[in-house]
Amino acid sequence: MRACAIEAMEQQMRASAANPTGAHKLARDARKVLDRSRQIVAAEFGTDPGNVVFTGSGTEADNLAIFGLAGPGGTHGGLPVCSAIEHHAVLGPVELLGGGVVGVDARGVLDLDHLAAVLTDLMATEHGVAVVSVMLANNESGVIQPLDAVANVMAEICPDALLHTDAVQGVSWLDPKVHAAKADLLSISAHKFGGPQGVGALVLRSDIALNPILVGGGQERERRSGTQNVAGIASLAAALEQAGADRPAMVARVGALRDRLVDGLMAELDGVHESGVVDGDRSHKVAGSAHLCFEGIESEALLFLLERHGVFGSAASSCASGAQEPSHVLAAMGVDRALAAGSLRLSLGAASTDTEIDHVLSVLPDAVRQLRRGNP
Amino acid sequence: MTQVMMAMSGGVDSSVAAAMLVEQGHEVVGVTLKLWGGDSDSGCCSVSDVDDARWVADQLGIEHHVFNMGADFDTHVVDPYVENHAAGLTPNPCVECNRHVKFGKLHDRAKALGFDAVATGHHARLETLADGTFRLGRGADTAKDQSYVLYMLGQEQLGRLMLPLGGMTKDEVRAQAHNLTMRTADKPDSQDVCFITSVGGRQKFIGERLPLTPGIVVDTDGNQVGEVEAVELVTIGQRRGLGLAGGSDPRFVTDVNPTEARVTIGKPKDLLVESTPLGQLVWADQPVGSGADAGTAVMVQVSAHGTPAAATFHVDDQGLGHVRWAEPHRRVAPGQSVVLYDAETADLVQGGGIVVRDAEK
Repeated sequence: MRACAIEAMEQQMRASAANPTGAHKLARDARKVLDRSRQIVAAEFGTDPGNVVFTGSGTEADNLAIFGLAGPGGTHGGLPVCSAIEHHAVLGPVELLGGGVVGVDARGVLDLDHLAAVLTDLMATEHGVAVVSVMLANNESGVIQPLDAVANVMAEICPDALLHTDAVQGVSWLDPKVHAAKADLLSISAHKFGGPQGVGALVLRSDIALNPILVGGGQERERRSGTQNVAGIASLAAALEQAGADRPAMVARVGALRDRLVDGLMAELDGVHESGVVDGDRSHKVAGSAHLCFEGIESEALLFLLERHGVFGSAASSCASGAQEPSHVLAAMGVDRALAAGSLRLSLGAASTDTEIDHVLSVLPDAVRQLRRGNP
Repeated sequence: MTQVMMAMSGGVDSSVAAAMLVEQGHEVVGVTLKLWGGDSDSGCCSVSDVDDARWVADQLGIEHHVFNMGADFDTHVVDPYVENHAAGLTPNPCVECNRHVKFGKLHDRAKALGFDAVATGHHARLETLADGTFRLGRGADTAKDQSYVLYMLGQEQLGRLMLPLGGMTKDEVRAQAHNLTMRTADKPDSQDVCFITSVGGRQKFIGERLPLTPGIVVDTDGNQVGEVEAVELVTIGQRRGLGLAGGSDPRFVTDVNPTEARVTIGKPKDLLVESTPLGQLVWADQPVGSGADAGTAVMVQVSAHGTPAAATFHVDDQGLGHVRWAEPHRRVAPGQSVVLYDAETADLVQGGGIVVRDAEK
C-alpha cells in the first residue's frame, strides 16, 4: 500500500468508528471525510461527486453496473454485452442474464466487427441492449481496449445503450479522463492502485438511474445500502489521487523496466512467447504488464521455483481451492492450450526497481531450463 | 535432511504422515492436488478438503501448495474409466490415478523442482532388499493395507518414495492425530471413487457420458432369463440387478459381451477358472515368470482388500502374463488389476497387470 493510503486509513480508524449517516458531531466528521473522498474520486474521473458509488470491491462495482442496468432487475431492462476477456466479475453477470459475448483478436484486442454483429443481432430481438461492458485494460494480458471505437460502434447500432468499463486494472496506467472518456460507468478497486483491499467504487459519468443489488438503509443515494467503510474510502481516495499525480512518470519508468525484463528473458531463452505482442509492438499494452508463455513447462512448477528465489508471479487466475485454472483470456486470444499452460504473469508497479529486474533476469532463465530438463 | 514433497489430501492419514516427517526433521512442503472439478461427495479434490490440508500444514508450520492436475486426471483417469465401461471392462480408477497422476505427474514434478522424495499417507511399507533394490510391502494394519493400489511402482518411484505410516495401524494414526489436536483426527476415511457421488452413483456418471445399452441376460445354455438397463454397468461376479426371478439358486454374471448386449449368468462353479491372463505388466524390479516354463510361484491378490491365493505366473511369447491358480479361482473381471506378491510371505509386491478379456476359459 502507498504510505499516504495507510496514513489516511489509520487517521480515520483512530478518529472514530462513527456512522457517517448519524447526526452527532463524530458522525458529521465521518461524513466530511466521506464527502471529501467522494470529491477526490469524482475529480479523477471528471464527474460530479454525487455520481460516485462506493462499494465493497471491484467485483461488486461490476455486478452493480450489469445487474443495475440490464436484465429484469435493471433500469434499462435489455441485455448486457461484454468481451470474452472480461474479468469473471463481469462475465458471470452477463452470462447469468443471457447476454452476448464478443471475441478478441490474436493481440487480445476487441474484435469490433464481431461487436457490431453481436449488437445488431441483439437489437433485432425484443430485448435490445442495455449495457456494453469492455474493460479498460485486461488483468492478465495487460492489453488496452479501444473504448472510443466501441462507443462509436454503439452510437450507430444501439445509441441508447450505456458503456461500462472495468477500469480496475487500467486506472493505474491510463488516465480515465482520456482513455475512458466515452465510458458512462467505470469500476475501480482500491488495492490495484496502492489502496486497501475490500473497497471499490462504481463511478458514473452522469446521473444514470441504477437499481441497487444491496437493499437496506439507502446509502449511496439508494444505489448501495450498507454503512460505508469510511477509513477504507479515505484510503482509496488518497491512493487514487497520488496514483493520478504519479502516473505519467511511473508509466515511463515502469515501462522501461518491463521492456528490459521481457527483452532480457526473450534474449536469454528459446521458446518464449510474449502474449498479445506481434512484431515486438507493445504499444497496446499497459506499462506494468509482462505476460509470457514458455514452451515445454507448466506455470505451477515455474511459480514454485520462482517463489523459492523470492519472485512472486502468477499464471492465469486462481479458483477457490487456490489451484491455478486455465486462462479464459489466452483461450479467447487463440493461444494453444499447451502453450497457455506455461504462462507467467509478472506485474510491475510503483514499487518495482532495477534491482528486482536484475534479480528476476538472474533466476528465471535457470528455473525454466531446470523444468525443461526435468531435473535440478 | 531430506526435502520432501508431502501429498496431502486433507485426510487424517496424510495429516499424520506430514507431522511425522516434520518431527523427523525433514524439510517438508505440503501439496494438495486438485483433480476433479465436477461433483463429489468430498473426495480428494473439494475445497473443504483443500482447506483441511492447508490448515493442517499451517498447524505444522510447513508451506502448502495446490497443484491443479485436473487435465491429467481427466485424460488418464476419468476418460479411460468411461471408455473402459463402454468396452465392457471394469476399470480401477484409483490404480490409474496412482500410476499417472500421483506417481507419474507429481513424482516428475517433485523431481524437477529438486525434491529428494515424495511422501504419501498410504498404508504400505518400503523395504530395501540385500541387493539394494526396493520393494513395496504391506502396511502394518492389514485391514487398511494399500499395497494393492500401488503395485505399479517401479524402482524409480520407490527410490524416491517415503511412506511414514507403513508401520502404524489406523487406530494409532487417529490416536496420533488426536494427540496433535488435528482437525482431521475424526474425519471419515474416503470411500470408493472420488469423482462418483453417492447420490448419483456410477450409473448417473457413466450415463451422462455414454449412451447406455439395454441388454439381455442368458443362462449358460443361451436361454434368455432376464434383462438389464445397461450392459456397460454389469460386472463379472455380479449377483444383483439382473432382473432374475427369485427363488432359484444364487447365480452370478460369468460373462459380459457389450457388442452383442448380452450378459451370461451361471452357478458359482461356472465362475471358476484355471488361469487368468494379464496385460500391461509392470514390475517392482526384474520381470517375474519370464522364460520359466513351469512358471514362478507367487501369491496373487485380485482386489484392494482381497485374500491372496497361491498360483504360478509365467509370461508367454506374446508378452501376455498367465496366472495359473493352484486351486480353481473365481473369474476376475477384465479391466481389474491383479497384483503378484512373493510366494513365501505374500507381503512384498513383485508387480502385476490388468486382466484382459481373451481366452480366459
